[in-house]
Amino acid sequence: MKKIFVILTFASILYACGGGESKSESKTEEAVEATTEGSEGNVNPDYDPKRGEGKFTAETVKIGATIDAAMVTDGEKIQSVKCSACHKLTDEKLVGPGWAGVTARRNPEWIMNFITNPDPMIDKDPVVQASLELCLVRMPNQSLTDDDARHLLEFMRKNDGVK
Amino acid sequence: MKKNIIILSSVIGLAMLSVVGCKPKNTSNATSADAAQKVYVAPGKYDEIYNFVSGGFSGQMSVYGIPSGRLLRVIPVFSQDPEKGWGYSEETKPMMNTSHGFTPWDDLHHVQLSKTNGEADGRWVFGNANNTPRVARIDLSTFRTQEIIELPNSGGNHSSPFITENTEYVVAGTRFSVPMDDANGDVPINTYKENFKGTLSFISVGKEDGKMDIAFQIECPGVNFDLSRAGKGVSHGWFFFSCYNTEQANTLLEVNASQKDKDFVMAVNWKKAEEYMKAGKGKKQAVRYAHNTYSEKTHTATSELKTEVLVLSAKELKDICYFIPCPKSPHGCDVSPTGEFIVASGKLAAVIPVFSFDKIQKAIAAKSYDGEFDGIPVIKYESALQGEVKKPGLGPLHTEFDDNGNAYTSMFVSSEVVKWSLKDLKVLDRVPTYYSIGHLCVVGGDTKKPYGKYLIAYNKITKDRYLPTGPELSQSAQLFDISGDKMKLLLDFPTIGEPHYAQACLASLIKDKSVKMFKIEENSHPYVAKGEKETKVVREGKKVHVYMTAIRSHLSPDNIEGIKMGDEVYFHVTNLEQDWDVPHGFAIKGASNAELLIMPGETQTLKWIPTKVGISPMYCTDFCSALHQEMQGYVRVSPASSKVPISFSLGAK
Repeated sequence: MKKIFVILTFASILYACGGGESKSESKTEEAVEATTEGSEGNVNPDYDPKRGEGKFTAETVKIGATIDAAMVTDGEKIQSVKCSACHKLTDEKLVGPGWAGVTARRNPEWIMNFITNPDPMIDKDPVVQASLELCLVRMPNQSLTDDDARHLLEFMRKNDGVK
Repeated sequence: MKKNIIILSSVIGLAMLSVVGCKPKNTSNATSADAAQKVYVAPGKYDEIYNFVSGGFSGQMSVYGIPSGRLLRVIPVFSQDPEKGWGYSEETKPMMNTSHGFTPWDDLHHVQLSKTNGEADGRWVFGNANNTPRVARIDLSTFRTQEIIELPNSGGNHSSPFITENTEYVVAGTRFSVPMDDANGDVPINTYKENFKGTLSFISVGKEDGKMDIAFQIECPGVNFDLSRAGKGVSHGWFFFSCYNTEQANTLLEVNASQKDKDFVMAVNWKKAEEYMKAGKGKKQAVRYAHNTYSEKTHTATSELKTEVLVLSAKELKDICYFIPCPKSPHGCDVSPTGEFIVASGKLAAVIPVFSFDKIQKAIAAKSYDGEFDGIPVIKYESALQGEVKKPGLGPLHTEFDDNGNAYTSMFVSSEVVKWSLKDLKVLDRVPTYYSIGHLCVVGGDTKKPYGKYLIAYNKITKDRYLPTGPELSQSAQLFDISGDKMKLLLDFPTIGEPHYAQACLASLIKDKSVKMFKIEENSHPYVAKGEKETKVVREGKKVHVYMTAIRSHLSPDNIEGIKMGDEVYFHVTNLEQDWDVPHGFAIKGASNAELLIMPGETQTLKWIPTKVGISPMYCTDFCSALHQEMQGYVRVSPASSKVPISFSLGAK
């Protein structure tokens, strides 16, 4: 098992923008409260905040007990081309939130849905909307394939210390 | 954590969902049933309003009719434009001159109509060059750029070309602070705090002729100056600038210039600065900048390099500049019609602060300060504040006003226009835009007497609004009816470049002054041919001057011989027509530079260096009559050693 880099701890994920997010819960709540009056339609009965919106479900995303090194290698490549300009691997916010801890807080299918289908989720997901108030930049659709998304997820898991 | 075996997620063959981004929630935006009627301008009828729209990175300015959204003209300003020959003909090339040499493409962000008593007077429209800092003045009788002045001590002329209520000054605040031009600029970039300065330029405008001159500059602390507006009415004599990067960062501003909770609005007492200038308190500084003017008599531009500018120090002359804290990274900095209120829109802020001019004056009198920033007093936020517009939306950018005491603020992040009352700062209405609005424009919306009626949103993202045209899409503007309580979307219309700011005024201010042609008897171009009798071909060493005329439907002369390889041939083509809408064009095979477009009564010059021995056809490129296709001729090019004499003719048997 490669223990390449000593990885950098847990914390927030794509959706929460602040720095170290141990306090992210309450911050998020507040921010959601503060969401503009204009964004009526926050209540989306059809929207599942645990799964997000997109093609992935808990059933279709299979997660192993250990890291798949090949996936991680590919995921890291994708990360460096399509993600790293805005997201650090630590808990520090750059344009968007740092990645540390993301896999601990969000379900795998949520992550894969969000990174492949960001726009509808930015409009519907309360946590993402709260994050937008902090970051003010909508995460762009980076045209990831299903495999890309899965490999990125694996890289995130590695980043979060899964062996 | 699920601890199962890793298996690739089964690839479901669904295509990626649509890439449509930034869609506001209420996309079910039915335009009102009578929208079509409201924007319909019958064939042959005129629009009610002229809309002057920045062409963004195209460097030009476009003119639309409102409410139809019809494109009437693209006025070439800071970029070459082959459609008009702008920057290609020998006469217009000097308009592109800067202290860096020929600069054929810039980035025009903001437009300002000239004003008298705080209202549009329909004489000129100004535009800024954002990249190589310049200000242009366009004459609204010809819709042509008449003058361009470069700005020394400046980098990124963004907070420009905003003007005072009687067009006393056009202002230009530097976006990038940079070392002053007379200082050694060869310094490490991370010495920003020590070496980089911001300047505000006050360009005086001749009352009658509109001629621009840099009256003075104010040297300020190094920050980014973003937008600005002149005071009016009660606040006439003052100018307000939004500032960001008060962190004074020199890298990754996206993050590093967004650290502080508050940046600043800078209030500038320009009347006071003017007094100091007259009292000799400024320092003359050695600089270099170009000043280009176009004459409609010689039909020729001249470019002059100037070498001195007068600089006033905000730090030394204590009572010119004041900072007012303003929540995060303010962009718009807009003054209400009466001049009482300054609306600052922090693009990263959750509120829109509204400052009171009266309170600012009282705070200055009472020295209600919160210390200093780089030698400039910082007025206490609360002391200057009239109130805050609460929960307006996300990413407030820019505000204009109507004739009923309402303000309209564009919200970039939440992609909407928010209407609120100046009286109690309460939000009254909101309407989504498609997508991600930047600036907006209410007809007369920055004047003392807004006309209201229409609001135009200039959007940053187009996405799916029109038929797709590959990766690059048309730009998107949207017209709203604001005459009622609720804003109503009437029309989408595409624009050129990327529209930043735009202004609109009643067409009646301008349309009857439109020049139809240039009088041939007033043409004082040095190479004019006033009539075919004056046409000739003159050799001066390697240079050959062709005095040519164009009239429906022939060129004179149309047969030219005696041109040799190695010659530089100048076709000075005078359009002899004296009626409206009869331009002629001129092109010759192998011209590596350009073609010409010549208005009636005008002379324009094409420089042509032949590259091949043989016969080169030439012709008129602008359809002019039933015999347009006959409007053609030949030039014979001989070897350099040839003895063929210069000869020229028209209709020779």
